[in-house]
Amino acid sequence: MEHIIPMEYYLVVSSIMFFAGIYGFITRKNLIAVLISVELVLTSTDINFAVFNRFLFPQHLEGMFFTLFSIGVSAAETAVAIAIIINIYRNIKSTEVRNLKNLKD
Amino acid sequence: MDFSGFLLMRDEISLVALILILLLYDLFAPAKARKAFQPVACLLFVVQIAITLLPTAADHAFGGMYVNTPVASVVKTLMSAGTLLVFLFSKKWLEEKHEIAQGEFYFLTLSTLLGMYFMVSSGHFLMFYLGIELASIPLACLVAFSKKDIFSAEAGAKFILNASFASGVSLFGMSLLYGGTGTLYFSDMPIALTGTPLQIAGMILFATGLFFKMSLIPYHSWTADVYQGAPTQVSAYLSVVSKTAAAVTLFTIFFKVFGVMAESWKPVLYIIIILSITIANVFAIRQKNIKRFLAYSSISQAGYIVLGVMAASPQGLTGVVYYMMVYMFANIAAFGVAALVERQCGNTEISSYNGLYKTNPWLSVLMMFALFSLAGIPPFAGFFSKFFIFASAVQQGYYILVLIALLNTIISLYYYLLIVRAMFITPNDNPLPNFRSDNYSRIAMVVCFFGIVLSGIVSFFYNKFDEMAKESMEVCEYSMPKATDGTANGIATAAFDGQTAEAASGDASAATATTAMNATAPWPSTQE
Repeated sequence: MEHIIPMEYYLVVSSIMFFAGIYGFITRKNLIAVLISVELVLTSTDINFAVFNRFLFPQHLEGMFFTLFSIGVSAAETAVAIAIIINIYRNIKSTEVRNLKNLKD
Repeated sequence: MDFSGFLLMRDEISLVALILILLLYDLFAPAKARKAFQPVACLLFVVQIAITLLPTAADHAFGGMYVNTPVASVVKTLMSAGTLLVFLFSKKWLEEKHEIAQGEFYFLTLSTLLGMYFMVSSGHFLMFYLGIELASIPLACLVAFSKKDIFSAEAGAKFILNASFASGVSLFGMSLLYGGTGTLYFSDMPIALTGTPLQIAGMILFATGLFFKMSLIPYHSWTADVYQGAPTQVSAYLSVVSKTAAAVTLFTIFFKVFGVMAESWKPVLYIIIILSITIANVFAIRQKNIKRFLAYSSISQAGYIVLGVMAASPQGLTGVVYYMMVYMFANIAAFGVAALVERQCGNTEISSYNGLYKTNPWLSVLMMFALFSLAGIPPFAGFFSKFFIFASAVQQGYYILVLIALLNTIISLYYYLLIVRAMFITPNDNPLPNFRSDNYSRIAMVVCFFGIVLSGIVSFFYNKFDEMAKESMEVCEYSMPKATDGTANGIATAAFDGQTAEAASGDASAATATTAMNATAPWPSTQE
């Protein structure tokens, strides 16, 4: 009991993941890399839910269930995103963000 | 086991049944029977809409996960009706361009509709999250529906990446709310909300998902690109049905869950409304493409809708629902005409509307009515919807905000009239030749026409919605203090009242809740 890792340590990790994901989403130049950044954001949330549940509200498993659902949904999201990126690759033979310039003001 | 909860979900179950029937029909029907796929699908969908029209009891099921209110029920009917209109407009397009994939179009669209149903009547953040995801993942497939078209694929990529990013941020907000309150039920959360910085951060991050769905500025950057690249019918669906679900959910959650923190979110909405209406209007003026133009117009319309959320009163809820109905007819008519013209001339430039009145008078008149209704010119329904939503905001004392919105209505009149001028006045030596639309589009156009003209004058709709909104607000109040023995609610009440928590310090859970984010808190025994 004395040697348990404090909750903040987990939260620091998840916050770093969250902001790294946001940073990556804005700066990455490749669609796949952007997708990976989005995954970082989604995963950081899973850590948050699990940690809050374990440390603050251990009587219920609400947070754990939320994590399970969120993992499943983010997998579906990634599958669709990958399918669309493959479709783009078939059309223009590239997945670079700068080549997606047909639609703009 | 008790199955009575399922009876309450009649709307959802009928929709699931419809989806399964259409899926099996598309898979197993012989080639000859598949020719009748679209008429059959539309007819069955009419039956489903009739089922949603039956009055339902205001109640909750599955331990409060699913909440049915009269307004949720009427909103579901509206969303179904909007989807049916989109289906009618897309029949010819599917036959010409996507013969094989027409079943998939229906399947995907109805799946997103199911997600929106769950969004509207969710009573728990998990339910809401699943609903919003079910509403956005198949929508990305719809946006990228034209596989050979790079515009469509690009729009799809922009949509899915932005949508998952927004939902990730929203999810992070939910996790902070969970950490700050210990519950995810809409009905339990208000008691635990005390306005700590953690809870405010969670609320703002959470709202991102809904703001994104409604494409309010600053969450709008995807809108114009996606609307332009997506097939026109899908853009119509995105701009109407998806927005309706998000607007009503936004109202429900901000009123029911975050109502106690109103002084924290009202300034945020205040700024967002002004930004959305003003910036979108300025951008709409300089558009040369009809779909981008309608995208910016829909952003500013979303800003007006949020005025009703600002009001946070029964009148505001009525205003939101009524506005969505009127907006649905007008916007689907505008997108429908755009789709018909696009099929004839192959592009979506505003210049191809020059002189349209000479060759296609009826189409031009419908477009004009739709644009007048969107702008809010008196005899049309758009005037009444704007009037009611402004009235609800004025009633709560937001005079300056309503003044800014009114000034923006005048600006919007200018750019809506630009298109009317192109159709009626601008001379054109070779305008688009006269063409006949298919019967399905005609039915949809007639429905939209009567919707635009009648839904304003006939006071039945507004009175009905008003009645339902009042009833639903009562439901919100009665479901608030839901006594469950000890557990989550116990924590919530303890966190709400510091003294109680100290008094009950014997209870480990209560002590944890008050020291939720306190670094030096003694961690409770989590082993057992």
